[in-house]
Amino acid sequence: MNLFSSLLIPLILGFVGVYALIKKVDLFPALLRGASEGLNTALKILPPIVLLLSAISLFRASGAMEFLVRLLSPITSLLGIPSECAPLGLIRPLSGSAALAVGTDIMRIHGADSTVGRIAATMLGSSETTFYVTAIYFGALKLKNTRYAIPAALISDLAAATAAAFAVRLFFA
Amino acid sequence: MLGWIWVVLIVISILFAILSGNISSLSTALIEGAESGVSTVLGITGMMMLWCGVMEVMKEAGLSEKLARALRPVLKKLFPSAKDDESTLSHLATNVSANLLGLGNAATPAGIRAAEGLQRLSGSKEASHDLCMLVVINTSSLQLIPTTVAAIRAAQGASAPFDILPAVWFATLVSQAVGILAVLLLRKVRRCK
Repeated sequence: MNLFSSLLIPLILGFVGVYALIKKVDLFPALLRGASEGLNTALKILPPIVLLLSAISLFRASGAMEFLVRLLSPITSLLGIPSECAPLGLIRPLSGSAALAVGTDIMRIHGADSTVGRIAATMLGSSETTFYVTAIYFGALKLKNTRYAIPAALISDLAAATAAAFAVRLFFA
Repeated sequence: MLGWIWVVLIVISILFAILSGNISSLSTALIEGAESGVSTVLGITGMMMLWCGVMEVMKEAGLSEKLARALRPVLKKLFPSAKDDESTLSHLATNVSANLLGLGNAATPAGIRAAEGLQRLSGSKEASHDLCMLVVINTSSLQLIPTTVAAIRAAQGASAPFDILPAVWFATLVSQAVGILAVLLLRKVRRCK
């Protein structure tokens, strides 16, 4: 498993590079263009992440995070999700950068290689900002009634979190 | 929205700190949080630049179009109303393939054009069934390689940042399957009413 995941990214880089050369893509300028775009994205997420992580760190230090975690633990234990990841599940559909900040905070406190840290990362990687995406689509079409889109999307978010906890325990037992 | 979340977090923290007597740790926590924001984002910047570079090359080399063509048979099943509409089908294919490759900037415009096509085909004033399907598929992640998350794991000291890939794929697959099933089910319930 480890060998596969360590080799996968270099293999993708190699494959894309060779394929692009065969297709006569002007390779290095394209790489550079993408990389500067990546730098811009990183610069764009820096201010919100710093602001949100300060607030989340404060929230944790005050003891409020622990209270929230304990409050939600009956629901999460029913689904097999560690209660430490419950705040992430709550914020995930609402805001992408806040979820990134909460997830980072969980990994910082519990360790990136801990079960809780891995589940938080898997939850982040397997879900989207549901309300934001829904607002973009229905907003673009000027439709007010979202019908069953939101319930169905939230059911799928819940399934993602449950499956993330299950998969991490399965693959890293 | 974020402004609200921010203020609510801070006000609740102050109330909790006063009630529990945890006041002394508050300002240290603020400084630590801000600092870890900077170190995390700086830590993931390199990986984001590298990966965005590779994605740009994928786009230039036509790999994402290739993937889009391969997806068409599945999309015809998921979006029956777009089966015979070439332009809507191609926007749908672009949307899903860009999502799979993590090209968020390309996915959304194609998705909106596909949504407009689906609405036009349905001829209805309210959201069509296929539109709800498209939105639910887009609100669950499709990304095959979650590089940002892996980079955060690396910045937080993970020994093999990409070792969560199989777990992410499993969770993504389950959430997409459940989302699609939920749409089909809720569609039936609504029809009976």
